[in-house]
Amino acid sequence: MHSVATKPSPAAKILWAAIAIVGAWCLGVVALHRGEPINAIWVVAASIATFVIGYRFYGKFIEHQVLQMDPSRAPPSVLRNDGLDYVPTDKWVVFGHHFAAIAGAGPLVGPVLAAQMGYLPGTLWILFGVVFAGAVQDFMILGLSLRRDGRSLGHMLREELGPVPGVIAMFGVLVLMMIVLAVLALVVVKALTHSPWGTFTVACTIPIALLMGVYLRWFRPGRILEVSLIGLVLLLASIWYGASVAASPTLAPIFDFDAKALAWLLIAYGFCASVLPVWLLLAPRDYLSTFLKIGTIALLALAIFLAAPTLQMPAVTKFIDGTGPVFQGNLFPFLFITIACGAVSGWHSIIASGTTPKLIASEGQARLIGYGGMLMEAFVAIMALIAAASLHPGVYFAMNAPSALIGTTVEQAASTISQWGFVLTPDELLQTARNIGEHSILSRAGGAPTLAVGMAQLLHNLIPGTQMMAFWYHYAILFEALFILTTVDAGTRVGRFMIQEIVGLMYKPLQATESWTGNLLATAICVGLWGYFLYQGAVDPLGGINTLWPLFGIANQMLAAIALMLATVVTVKLKRERYVWVPGIPAIWLIICTVTAGCEKLVGPISFTAAAQKYASSLQSGQLLAPAKTAEEMQRIITNNYVDMALTAIFVLLIVTMFVFSLLALVQAWRINHPTAHEEPYVALASVAN
Amino acid sequence: MMKTRWQAFRKWAVQTARLCCGVPDYDVYVRHLREHHPERKVPTYPEFFRERQIARYKGTGGRCC
Repeated sequence: MHSVATKPSPAAKILWAAIAIVGAWCLGVVALHRGEPINAIWVVAASIATFVIGYRFYGKFIEHQVLQMDPSRAPPSVLRNDGLDYVPTDKWVVFGHHFAAIAGAGPLVGPVLAAQMGYLPGTLWILFGVVFAGAVQDFMILGLSLRRDGRSLGHMLREELGPVPGVIAMFGVLVLMMIVLAVLALVVVKALTHSPWGTFTVACTIPIALLMGVYLRWFRPGRILEVSLIGLVLLLASIWYGASVAASPTLAPIFDFDAKALAWLLIAYGFCASVLPVWLLLAPRDYLSTFLKIGTIALLALAIFLAAPTLQMPAVTKFIDGTGPVFQGNLFPFLFITIACGAVSGWHSIIASGTTPKLIASEGQARLIGYGGMLMEAFVAIMALIAAASLHPGVYFAMNAPSALIGTTVEQAASTISQWGFVLTPDELLQTARNIGEHSILSRAGGAPTLAVGMAQLLHNLIPGTQMMAFWYHYAILFEALFILTTVDAGTRVGRFMIQEIVGLMYKPLQATESWTGNLLATAICVGLWGYFLYQGAVDPLGGINTLWPLFGIANQMLAAIALMLATVVTVKLKRERYVWVPGIPAIWLIICTVTAGCEKLVGPISFTAAAQKYASSLQSGQLLAPAKTAEEMQRIITNNYVDMALTAIFVLLIVTMFVFSLLALVQAWRINHPTAHEEPYVALASVAN
Repeated sequence: MMKTRWQAFRKWAVQTARLCCGVPDYDVYVRHLREHHPERKVPTYPEFFRERQIARYKGTGGRCC
């Protein structure tokens, strides 16, 4: 092609050999060290070496051989430059933008849940998953979109696979989105249940955002950084004042809610936030959460480097056999479902074919942004895993196991968890709760609280002081809640537009996005869809995360598999069959994982079907099973399980259908002896650049 | 020398921060309008900002889970 690979100098060869040896050594220590706890720095060093080597060698291989990126070719940003959406932009600016768009709560929650199997399985899956699957998906979809005027994933699927698979995949995206919103909202519910301090600070974000919105609209239009700084100061003040609220006998009860009430509040909030004009609430929150997210990730990295914690969690726990309390199911396939974002996340394929390809100034920069951006996200996942694994394992399980297993008092919890082999006294649980300024840390599944305790301990090591740990804990909770709620608002809005489009096919006037009837109706449908799953999670006997996270994982990996199948088909259509394994193997791996996980959730001991039948047979014999207190509640649990079962069946069916369509397209393309991909024609950058 | 480098870094940081929030570079847009569409009215920064703010929440996706 047009690009010429330069030969590496001897010095460069020695450097890369040194990185490889150091990386292999660190990975060896992480993987083979038994008995003595190891320091987190080994994991960090092994990860960095793996990422650097993956980026330099595999990333480059994909760039030159598989995608054949060509810096002399004019990208969409140049060809369709409109100064707004399509603008050739500095590569580091695009990198920052892309990373901010892909980094979310996913890579922070999944690894924390997966830590129940020990830190080793999660670490290995994140490292190898990202190099061979996640970053490949992000980079290849970005590369394909760059050659197609920055088109979206849905558009490319319709073009390359046909209209029917395109529509099927987009339906999958809508369902995935509803599950994402429900599970993320549930993480917030779990973190705020009976926590007046946390609830108060999160509630404060609403008036703060309104104030910022008004300030940006009338007082100082467009001064985002300035207003975000004001917002940040107010947020920190609200965390500080939260301690007094939690201690006050009159104020604390106002902000003390159970899971059910919080679920209803979030549903009502999601409705209002997405109906109101964006400049008032949604946009200012978005600014605040974007900056807080980047800042906190940097803070976490700094804390891990400086505090260098010891990993107290064993490398591998006995729960790899599928009996773990945090989520059910064996290491295969459920580890690969639980850690989705961080290793491979289908959602990224939407972003890699969204605004990013319209901003890249040269095809030569796509590897940095697509492959490199995903490596950064994997590093965030590794940090979350370290934060969770550096906690006392007993504390970890007390926070993440449902009350149905460990009971509701510290004595019950400590004795149950000690029996599992993680010796712990009730006092240790009480002391941890007291340190972070909460009444209880039991059964706060969902990742956010665990990560917050881990972060609070790390930061407390660096900046000691009484009360500081409680401050850091609530800071971490606020940071996660803030950007999860932003995702919920923005997601509800996007979902509303999608629903208006679909419903509008049947009744045209509803399509008008400015019409209040259409707006309110579609928002209500959207909020109702994710709200149903959220409420179901909030009343679930096993804590909800247990049920919803696998559904989310299956859906997200399903989308990743679809994106990788598209990449596989296009590779063949370009007549580059000998590289078909690059996207093909991770696609097949994800299909195997999602279909196996889906089937285990449909039939067998850990399935939704089994749970539904258990409650149904008890109901028939007139018995009540906890936590149901009435026959009506029993009936609701049965219905919920059947709904989850149907949803899982839809996902499995969807992935199998997409596999068949992809296979047909692939065989057809293989037989034709000329390229058939829908790439835009080559235009030399030199001929259009001014 | 130090000063120009600092200014370049500042410009980069502001541009990245704004783009992360869906607001593209205003100067680039104004230059584009002057060059390619001299007949169109150049919006002020507040007008430009408001238009972009609304445009950001119309499309699909936008951010990850």
